[in-house]
Amino acid sequence: MSKAVSVLNGARFSGLAEVADAGLVGMITLRGDLESSAVAAAVQSTTGCAIPAVRKTVEASGNSVSWMSPDELLIVTAYDQVADLCAKLQEALTQEHALVVNVSDARSCFTLSGNGAREVLGKVAPVDFAADQFQPGDFRRSRLAQVAGAFWLDQGGAFHIVCFRSVGEYVFNLLKTAADPDAGVGVYS
Amino acid sequence: MLILTCPYCGATAEETELQAGGEAHLKRFGPGSSDEEFHDYLFVRENPKGVHFERWRHTNGCGKWFHAARCTTSLEVFGTYPAQTTEPPQDIQDKISKKRPGWSWREFSCASAKDAS
Ligand SMILES: [Zn+2]
Repeated sequence: MSKAVSVLNGARFSGLAEVADAGLVGMITLRGDLESSAVAAAVQSTTGCAIPAVRKTVEASGNSVSWMSPDELLIVTAYDQVADLCAKLQEALTQEHALVVNVSDARSCFTLSGNGAREVLGKVAPVDFAADQFQPGDFRRSRLAQVAGAFWLDQGGAFHIVCFRSVGEYVFNLLKTAADPDAGVGVYS
Repeated sequence: MLILTCPYCGATAEETELQAGGEAHLKRFGPGSSDEEFHDYLFVRENPKGVHFERWRHTNGCGKWFHAARCTTSLEVFGTYPAQTTEPPQDIQDKISKKRPGWSWREFSCASAKDAS
């Protein structure tokens, strides 16, 4: 089997904030009725996470579960655990009208951390990143300049950014440009 | 800049996150309808100066289709509501009646105007 690599194979950039290709990340799309107790039980028992509230991310046991839409969750886990987790979810959801798909290789993940992180992301997404408006555990799907993307802020203050792999290089270069050391605005500092 | 609150994810989405989906509450005329009805269904649209009802999609967001009631002259947004309905919710119609007495749009109109006629 060929060796899996992430879109930019761990590329990093340090400027107003630290931008990094997060490497291989396991990602699962779960579509189904998020109000259903069977779905909640399946997610809880396999990931350790509760169903997140609207536009929130729940982190537990090294996994995270994010609210993508009223009928969709994004489950993030370790890359080498993803097939196993998919199988467990599918097994737990056999009686439910639900869909579980491994999307790890269809998407790319980046992290954005450091003091300038809010400003850097604020330059490319039409979202208010003021500290009282976008807090740890908040999740949002929006656009990153010209492409669709999703991001959440973890409890440690780092943003996790997800986009389609086909535009991964675009997003990395976009964040790199926005984080140029000479491009500081100071809007959230 | 037009800002609409998505009724599904609650995000205050600005125009660049959204995709316009044309007029709201169209009733389909398909097989069995007259040529005139089918023609109107395909081509005839409201183009009001004032109160208007539209479909929008939160494309760069939760991806859901929803409805918006707004004013085409002032860009004031009266409200947004889910797509699973064939008419504007009463609370939004009432809100519009307060702000734009005498409004009408297709078969919908200001409550007090209906009483008077
Ligand atoms: Zn939405």
